Amino acid sequence: MSLALIAALPFLGALLPGLMIRAGKNACALVTGSVTALALLMLGLNAPAVLRGEVVQTRIEWIPSLGLNANFFLDGLGLLFAGLILGIGLLIILYARFYLAKSDPMGQFYTYLMLFQGAMVGIVLSDNILLLLVFWELTSLSSFLLIGYWKHLPEGRQGARMALTVTGGGGLAMIAGMLILGNIAGSYDLSVILQNKEAIQASDWYLPALILILLGCFTKSAQFPFHFWLPHAMAAPTPVSAYLHSATMVKAGLFLMARMWPVLSGTPEWFYIVATTGLITMVMAAKIALFKDDLKALLAFSTVSHLGLITMLLGFGTAEAATVAVFHIINHATFKAALFMSAGIVDHEAHTRDLKRLGGLRTLMPITFTIVTIASLSMAGIPPLNGFLSKELMLEEAAHTAWMANPWLIGVLATIGALFSVAYSFRFIAHAFLGPVRSDYPAKPHDPGFGLWAAPALLACLVILIGLFPMLTAAWLVNAAASAVTGAPVAVKITHWHGLYAPALWMSLAAIGGGLMALGLHPRLMALWTATPRPEAKRIFDGLMEPFATLAGRIANGLHDGALTRYIAIGTLAIAAVCYYAFDTGTHAIGTRDLMPVPPVPALGWLSLVLATLAIVIFHRNRLLTLVLVGIVGLMVSVGFAYFSAPDLALTQISVEVATIILMLLALNFLPKATPVESAPLRRTWDGAIAVIAGVGIAALAYALMTRDPAFQAISDFHITNSKPGGGGTNIVNVILVDFRGYDTFGEIIVLGIAALVIFALTEALLRAGPANDRLLAWKPDQRRAGDRHPMMLVVATRVILPIALMVGFFIFLRGHNEPGGGFIAGLIVAIALVMQYMASGFAWTAARQKVDYHALIACGVLIAAATGIGAWFNGLPFLTSAFGYFTIWPLEEFELATALLFDIGVFLTVLGAVMLALASLSRIGLRAGETVNTQPFDIDPSEGRTLNSEEAR
Amino acid sequence: MILNYALDFAFLCFGLGLAMNLYRVFRAPGVPDRILALDTMVINVLALIVLYGVRTGSGVNFEAALLFAMTGFVSTVAYCKFVLRGDIIE
Repeated sequence: MSLALIAALPFLGALLPGLMIRAGKNACALVTGSVTALALLMLGLNAPAVLRGEVVQTRIEWIPSLGLNANFFLDGLGLLFAGLILGIGLLIILYARFYLAKSDPMGQFYTYLMLFQGAMVGIVLSDNILLLLVFWELTSLSSFLLIGYWKHLPEGRQGARMALTVTGGGGLAMIAGMLILGNIAGSYDLSVILQNKEAIQASDWYLPALILILLGCFTKSAQFPFHFWLPHAMAAPTPVSAYLHSATMVKAGLFLMARMWPVLSGTPEWFYIVATTGLITMVMAAKIALFKDDLKALLAFSTVSHLGLITMLLGFGTAEAATVAVFHIINHATFKAALFMSAGIVDHEAHTRDLKRLGGLRTLMPITFTIVTIASLSMAGIPPLNGFLSKELMLEEAAHTAWMANPWLIGVLATIGALFSVAYSFRFIAHAFLGPVRSDYPAKPHDPGFGLWAAPALLACLVILIGLFPMLTAAWLVNAAASAVTGAPVAVKITHWHGLYAPALWMSLAAIGGGLMALGLHPRLMALWTATPRPEAKRIFDGLMEPFATLAGRIANGLHDGALTRYIAIGTLAIAAVCYYAFDTGTHAIGTRDLMPVPPVPALGWLSLVLATLAIVIFHRNRLLTLVLVGIVGLMVSVGFAYFSAPDLALTQISVEVATIILMLLALNFLPKATPVESAPLRRTWDGAIAVIAGVGIAALAYALMTRDPAFQAISDFHITNSKPGGGGTNIVNVILVDFRGYDTFGEIIVLGIAALVIFALTEALLRAGPANDRLLAWKPDQRRAGDRHPMMLVVATRVILPIALMVGFFIFLRGHNEPGGGFIAGLIVAIALVMQYMASGFAWTAARQKVDYHALIACGVLIAAATGIGAWFNGLPFLTSAFGYFTIWPLEEFELATALLFDIGVFLTVLGAVMLALASLSRIGLRAGETVNTQPFDIDPSEGRTLNSEEAR
Repeated sequence: MILNYALDFAFLCFGLGLAMNLYRVFRAPGVPDRILALDTMVINVLALIVLYGVRTGSGVNFEAALLFAMTGFVSTVAYCKFVLRGDIIE
């Protein structure tokens, strides 16, 4: 359970920032941080077992028939990544608290961040590849929100869109690859797939699966030629860049390659695709990074380059190279996160991150300078920092790997990549911090407060510690993770000195020397760079996307033009076409069932229904008349239910009709009383034709179904047999509602409650200051009004009928389990009884006597229903299992008590509250339109036989 | 025996009444006439339900009749208030 909880915690935590921001930014950051810290702690509790070599597992069945299970497992690799994600996540939360400006909505930021964190943790802990894909797509979506966080910046929005397109597209390819892989292995569980190396590599589908999965990995990890999205994602706030591009998002691709390493690697295909791509990416991106003036762009390309480095190492396919890759993942995360945060600090304090406008910050920002120096030297691979250690190991591996039987190619290119890496790292230090102090900074730079530099400083300390004592600080984690990647125990030996005969030493020296030289020649190289034409990735991307966007726009706007009529027409025609196809290609014979006799009275009812419907079509522009005709339809439908042996439905329909008419009339008061003619005759003919097609189709379908026996066995038998013994009631309809399908009913009352609350909220919004409110205030009734607001006869009649109606409601409620009735109908009846009082004596008079809030009624109803359902848990039964028993209390006869009755009370309260809230909300609009408020039940004083004057009546 | 004839006669009468109400809803000098006709339709339907119950000897639809009797007039009141005052809950 605990692993699922670790993955779930960030998602649950995502709910908190939005609430806590009301308590202030510190509280918001603190709560967000605590959730992450808790997840990290739970991970830490699992760490000892993992380091002993065990694999911690949590298995939850989700949809076993699809092979989709919420299975999680934690091995060394998962531990490493989850630790990075949560640990650096914690630092980012701290950093972001001080980085974000006052105007930035911080609650939103933390919510996005936590969503992203949860998705990442989900990826690295998933044991099921389908589950992994779900989390994979979630990272694409949540990173879209994060990158586009500054919605006012067009670059932010475009960068977010580009990142989503590229990584989302790769994700789609990966879904296909994973499905193929799962099919070959016969299971979607990683732990099973990882055991099936031979079967997978021998399969004809190995290459397609490999390419598709690698497409997903390469797009996510910004490998050539998909690297272009990453620099554009730099438009995000720096905490996002630091998080996404140092430890998390872009490492997801690496993670997956490492995860799949045991089954996919070791073949020539793997080597040539992965190692070559990594090599090209590493060298190319490092070169570009040298010529970027924007600090974050420099870091972005350096990130791409380092990702290429790790990809290349994984591509080599040897256990040693994979171990180095794991080690470099740790090192890169530490120094790159520190550098991104420092770049953010420079931007924050100097208001620019353009290297051309910086320089001389060394004395102005000594703390930042120290952090940047440590991290940059590590990035450059200068001893004794941690970047040096992994780079030496990388060069060593590169020197020993041949490409197409060429023994020195990879070594040379890797050295060149390292050379550029040295150059841009030193350039970061030299051009931003060294040199003379300038006088033209956009803002006066100074070191930030502790909150902002604490996180990068901590990372810089790690850079030094891992650099000085690698065996003590990092080797255990590298061993655990590398063992998990390679599937064999790894005992790494990391040293600073590999001896004079190690090629890595000379390659390293060449890189440092060459790098310093390149930095010295930078102005000249820069001029050359500017002079050479280069493909502009964004322009190509936009050009590629443009036709698709136009096509999508044309389709979407054609189908979805905002007119409801069009959606309905398209939907209806599509369904009709499909049905016609089925009819045309299938066999069809006339049904064999005998038709029922049609006595004259039901025939009359049928005729009324048809005539009323036709009349509605003819007179629909007169809205009041239409409502009267709808009354006929409702009446006939209700009595039809009663005639066709559905008394429960009849009762419900009768009361629903009343509530509907009242609701419509309330709304009609503020609407035009006639519908204007808006469409041309041709259009109306066309629409009429569609309506006739749909109507005739439905009628034919109903006729076809009712004149033959069902193709499948009806489920009625089950309900009839089990209703009394299983549910304890003889009214099967009610037992279905509260017991067999109680879960559905539970969902429905929640929906009903939400709908009523939405009506309330919309009315509230309408009554706030705004154009709608102004129109209401200026409202003039469009018809002459009769003088008697509250006729005494009506008032008295409704008062008399109130207790009777309540009694009937109570009766209907109680008998519901065994006879037609139940909570839903009872709720409607009581609501009608109460609405009568509103109609007779007015809103204010009634509201003053209303003791219970309708919101509370809805809440009580849902809570009671939920509590009844949960009650079953205490008996060890599933949610909403009902229990019942028979009791005798003198002088009553034996009667039954069932938990379903409690559930029905919940239904009753929710229905009552929802109907009343909806009606009351609508009638409040009338109050705003300048209606007078009365506190007396009616406008005359019957004891004196006179009309109340306006003073008394108010 | 006589009950059957009586029931047939009653069905005929209320059925005719229903048909005439229907005519009144469609052809009427004003909205109030239509509303009243609809209200009378409810009464007739109520009677038909009870008659049907008597004929089949079943009480299962009695509550439907009860509910029609109790709430049927509420719609009528609502229509009337709308015609008279515009707003049905003031």
